[in-house]
Amino acid sequence: MKGEYILRVENLHKNFGDREVLHGISFDVKKGATLVFIGPSGTGKSTLLRCINQLTEPDRGKVFLDDEEITGCGARISGFRQRIGMVFQNFNLFDHLTSVENVEIALLKVRKMKKENARAKAMEELRRVGMADWADHYPAELSGGQAQRVSIARCLAMDPEVILFDEPTSALDPELTREVLEVMKDLARSGMTMLVVSHEIGFARSVATEVIFMEGGRIVEQGPPLEIMNNPKHPRTREFLGRIEHD
Amino acid sequence: MEVLSILLEWGPYLLGGIAVTLGLVLSALVIGFILGLPLALGQVYGSRPVRALVSVYVWFFRGLPTLILLFLFYFGVFPALGLDFPAFVVGATVLGLRGAAYQSQIFRGGIQSVAEGQMTAALSLGMTRWEAIQSIIIPQALRISLPGWSNEYPELLTDSAVCYAIGVVELMTRSSQIVSQTYLTMPIYIACALIFIALNYGGMQMIRKAEERFAIPGFGGTAVQS
Repeated sequence: MKGEYILRVENLHKNFGDREVLHGISFDVKKGATLVFIGPSGTGKSTLLRCINQLTEPDRGKVFLDDEEITGCGARISGFRQRIGMVFQNFNLFDHLTSVENVEIALLKVRKMKKENARAKAMEELRRVGMADWADHYPAELSGGQAQRVSIARCLAMDPEVILFDEPTSALDPELTREVLEVMKDLARSGMTMLVVSHEIGFARSVATEVIFMEGGRIVEQGPPLEIMNNPKHPRTREFLGRIEHD
Repeated sequence: MEVLSILLEWGPYLLGGIAVTLGLVLSALVIGFILGLPLALGQVYGSRPVRALVSVYVWFFRGLPTLILLFLFYFGVFPALGLDFPAFVVGATVLGLRGAAYQSQIFRGGIQSVAEGQMTAALSLGMTRWEAIQSIIIPQALRISLPGWSNEYPELLTDSAVCYAIGVVELMTRSSQIVSQTYLTMPIYIACALIFIALNYGGMQMIRKAEERFAIPGFGGTAVQS
């Protein structure tokens, strides 16, 4: 069955001190799928994403990218991270670099691309997220929505096989949220495999191939978005959705 | 009138000390930078033994008066190592080693005030820790450090006069020599003081220029709102 799943997560456990943050998480991701993780804050959704690219080391469990095990791979982790992009809640753009330099730096330093090829690729990705006109601006000169779009371009430049979105719009007001979600919708439609931690129910409804409801470090319920949204089986899911839709 | 003619007569010799003093200061700044940055990196990212070693280094070189360090190295450490360095080299080295201790703490502060997310983002792109330190952390840390670092210049400039004690013929030594020849105590020392003030002012102007040259929106309160 090699190749059916681009990403597999098996029985992930993570404790921070006495607090159990992930309590045996397992799921598989098909190529081109968009998984949206929802659930109350503090239920381990962000920790889960960070355990996938090993920014946080899980205590137990395995992660496979295209059937190669990521967990416990030692120094080869940098190679895996080049194939798994990540977009952060606070953008984390490199503050000393312009937009275009942010996008090209990993191409230069990690991929060892030639300067002019890296620049061309970076400009192409900036155009893709509608930020080409802001190529020479520094992060401090961008709005939150613009910064997040540049950070998505920075991610795309590495041609990742999967992108992890860790609450990409939580720091943005509704107007800026919309411009970021538009970019993410385009990506999903273009066949990018995406794991998204988000409270944007509308996004989940229209783009997700699967919605996963997490609570207390466990997956409570998962399924196609319409099924989870319209007909949640678990009372906790119902309660949570009721609460967000009233907001 | 006599004072003026004496000053004119000895002026060139005194002014010649500027090159020696600036030589001491610039050598010490460079040595301090070359050693100070790795020391700072060691203290932030190093293993426990490395961190301990850096702490001992900093504690030693910041804990002793410059004058004692000069004597220790001039009469003790270098001769014991069989090194017969001229006084200038000893002076520059000691000021540099001491400067490295101070600079390391300036850079450490800079490194630690780079937001944690910068490293996280660099790692997530597939950079190794060392690549991230080189391309992301150091360029930001140096910019953050620049205002604190610029204090090193006047510190070293004034400290360099202590090299008089081991016979480096810099401004202070030359002033004393001229005084002992001419007995014009105050005019000579005032001239010497004015030269120090001028060097201090000129150097700080150049540092200002450098700060403007390397300024980036978002660093040091120069953020531009769009």
